[in-house]
Amino acid sequence: MADTTETSGVRMQSGTSFELVDRLRRSSEFFVIPLLALVVSGLLFSAFLLTLGKSPLEFFSLVWRGGFGTSFSWQNTLVRAAPLVFTALCVAIPARLGLVIIGGEGALVLGGFAAASIAIPMVGWAPAFLMLLAMFLAATIAGGVWIGLVGALRHYRGVNETIASLLMFYIAVSILNFFVEGALRDPSDPNKPSTKPIGSENMIGAIPGTDVHWGLLVGILLCIALFLVMNRTTFGFAAQIAGGNLRAAQAHGLPVGKLMVVACMIAGACAGIAGFFEVAAIHGKANASLIAGYGFTGILVSFLARHNPLVIVPVAIFLGGIAASGGLVQRRMDLPDATVLVLQGLLFIIILVSETFYGRFQIFRPKGEAA
Amino acid sequence: MSVAQDIAPGQRAISVETIGMTKVFGNLTALDDVSIKVAPGSFHALLGENGAGKSTLVKCMMGFYQPSGGALLVNESEVSVPNPRAAHAHGIGMVYQHFTLVPSLTAAENLVIARADTPTVIDWKKERKALGAFLETTPFKVPLEVPVSSLSAGEKQKLEILKQLYLDQRFLILDEPTSVLTPDEADEVLGLLRGMTEAGELTILMITHKFREVTAYADDVTVLRRGRLVGSGRVEDLSVEDMSRMMIGETEIRESATRTVQTQKKLKLELAGLFSDDDEELPAIEAISLKIHEGEIFGIAGVSGNGQSELIEVLSGQRTLNDGRIFVDKKPYEPERGQMDMFKVFGFSEEPLKNVAVPRMSVAENMAFRTFDKAPISPFRGWLSPPPMRKQARELIAAYRVKTPSTEEPIENLSGGNVQRAILARELSGEVDILIVANPCFGLDFASVAEIRAQIMDQRNKGAAVLLVSEDLDEILELADTVAVMSEGRITYQSPMAETDRATIGHAMAGHH
Repeated sequence: MADTTETSGVRMQSGTSFELVDRLRRSSEFFVIPLLALVVSGLLFSAFLLTLGKSPLEFFSLVWRGGFGTSFSWQNTLVRAAPLVFTALCVAIPARLGLVIIGGEGALVLGGFAAASIAIPMVGWAPAFLMLLAMFLAATIAGGVWIGLVGALRHYRGVNETIASLLMFYIAVSILNFFVEGALRDPSDPNKPSTKPIGSENMIGAIPGTDVHWGLLVGILLCIALFLVMNRTTFGFAAQIAGGNLRAAQAHGLPVGKLMVVACMIAGACAGIAGFFEVAAIHGKANASLIAGYGFTGILVSFLARHNPLVIVPVAIFLGGIAASGGLVQRRMDLPDATVLVLQGLLFIIILVSETFYGRFQIFRPKGEAA
Repeated sequence: MSVAQDIAPGQRAISVETIGMTKVFGNLTALDDVSIKVAPGSFHALLGENGAGKSTLVKCMMGFYQPSGGALLVNESEVSVPNPRAAHAHGIGMVYQHFTLVPSLTAAENLVIARADTPTVIDWKKERKALGAFLETTPFKVPLEVPVSSLSAGEKQKLEILKQLYLDQRFLILDEPTSVLTPDEADEVLGLLRGMTEAGELTILMITHKFREVTAYADDVTVLRRGRLVGSGRVEDLSVEDMSRMMIGETEIRESATRTVQTQKKLKLELAGLFSDDDEELPAIEAISLKIHEGEIFGIAGVSGNGQSELIEVLSGQRTLNDGRIFVDKKPYEPERGQMDMFKVFGFSEEPLKNVAVPRMSVAENMAFRTFDKAPISPFRGWLSPPPMRKQARELIAAYRVKTPSTEEPIENLSGGNVQRAILARELSGEVDILIVANPCFGLDFASVAEIRAQIMDQRNKGAAVLLVSEDLDEILELADTVAVMSEGRITYQSPMAETDRATIGHAMAGHH
């Protein structure tokens, strides 16, 4: 053993080109293992379909067609991917600190609600630009405070952040319901309790030539920005230390509590932005339609992307496509549209299992080194 | 119940022999053709550095590992041990470095439940009588009716040994059995075991790295290095120098740094009445007050678990202080980043991967924990630039001879000595005014130990105030200028090193003060 480390110690001297190869070899692990997990989930899901007497081939070709086959399905996919990008960031950022936040849905709901509530008094007199800015700020602040509270509870009171964020989702839903069924209810809408609409002239339009709203582009930019924050700033580095080993962070005098609260606030703000776009670009008002499960699918997206903001975008599009194909699968194969949820659930479990395989395979290690 | 019963009473010890034992893990040969013979009734020491293959060898004997080649002989006949249960059936038992007793149960309960044939309903009256009779046959005395958690470390270790005897294991493998004991307790336990081997009751194979124990208690010694047998013989025929040369081979050991005379006696670090709780919110340290001067190594000795780790945690910001103050240069000090930088406070400890490093982060990243928010790694506030980080790592790796495949290797993949060297590089490469060190050499090989101790001495000679907490009394004796003993969360003894000796400190550690 000592012999091999000695020779590798010598190789180290050869400098940066070796480091590059080494880093590539290591990072390929983060690509191959999730890919294998996807394949395994696909196989297991096929077995599930076969027991139902359905053809897996037909299912996967329908998913392809419903999610990615035509420009119409692509647009449907991208519209669904946009909120997933934001809610996945709500999981990914705290995950760097070792926090598992699963209540992004709550921040999304509150963000959407805050955006709608601030917009309504502005209808009629404020220019669209001003109104959207106010809505955006209200949504980020509401979401940020909501999940920031989870971080503070965790650090200062020792409350488990996973449970707290989940329970706070129910509180968020209750807050929404309380107002849209009471003080803020639009009396002219007899069907579904909602706030008054913000007005179609104030809504965010689509990216020219598509039906996809600007949220997706903002999401992509936000992913890039947060990738830089987590990997190229002292804040991100300190967060990584605290997430990797709390004791090491403390021993270096890092403000662990502050890091946790700030990371959670960033996370909540991201989910709040998802709520903003749902209101400002899709629904035009706040109501129970905000509770569409994007916050929960975002958890899956983030885990599948290994909490890497840059990987979140393609993964969100992938899962958006699966969700978009639900309707087609239901119509053509006579399967309930919850079938795609089964696939999502399977994926999630297999991804969690695959987490245990990192560092186990010799092929990803530099030569001559034992795994 | 076991083969041991076939042998006449009074001569129940068994012999164990390995022939060409080999164990290969992937492309690593952990054990290469090792043959040792332990005669019945002998006390055999197994010496070797960390990673020399000692534990691999005994794990093969115990059935935890299946050897890739070679055979195991018990009483001259070949046996197979597919699992630890089979080893027990042949009379081979093992006492581990750390306790395996159930703390909330009494000694008697621990003994009875350890048996393979414990009945569903235990007839305690009968069992107690049998236990009493059994204890008559051994020299070990342990209170049977109090929970194990209230026993001292020495009593627990005796109980571990009793458990093996109770299970009728007549070949005992002891894995560094004295690491948790005071010197007096260690002598008592080893003395009793020695007596049993002389009476032909027991055969012992003891893993150790303390030469003192080998020369005082063992009949024979086997030395392993890098998985190979490099020497063996009667202890009386070998000097300590012979044995240490076998253990470390041609590796050059850094000479221990000479202690320069420090004239300045400026007070640097003062702890004033520190109180803190342990994880169960019970008082862990009480009224700790001490003064450390520039150019002084203040050594705190003590048996593990007497509040030393809590004290270190308080000083390094890992545990909150209930009461008391810390002063540096007579100014109040809080262990947070700004003040650590301002007062140049550094430190390292045992098990760095657990305490002061992030295992999954790279060597370069781990080496930057002190410097990542300062130029050149952070060229302007908030920003972090990886190239200077890697450059710093390359320089430190070369200067501190850290063996790593690259700067990008996750630090958890390095050997223990190299992890500690990487941490040392991080903590000691700048100017150090205060150094807080806990068990820095725990579990490391000789070369690393000598290196690390020399580095600590260097810092002292350069004028740093050093607080050294160590469970290794030899380390305190070698390094400290002032020695104190911690017992049950308090400083119970303090003296300049020149005015005390090993026995006095040892007695203070045992609570006789």
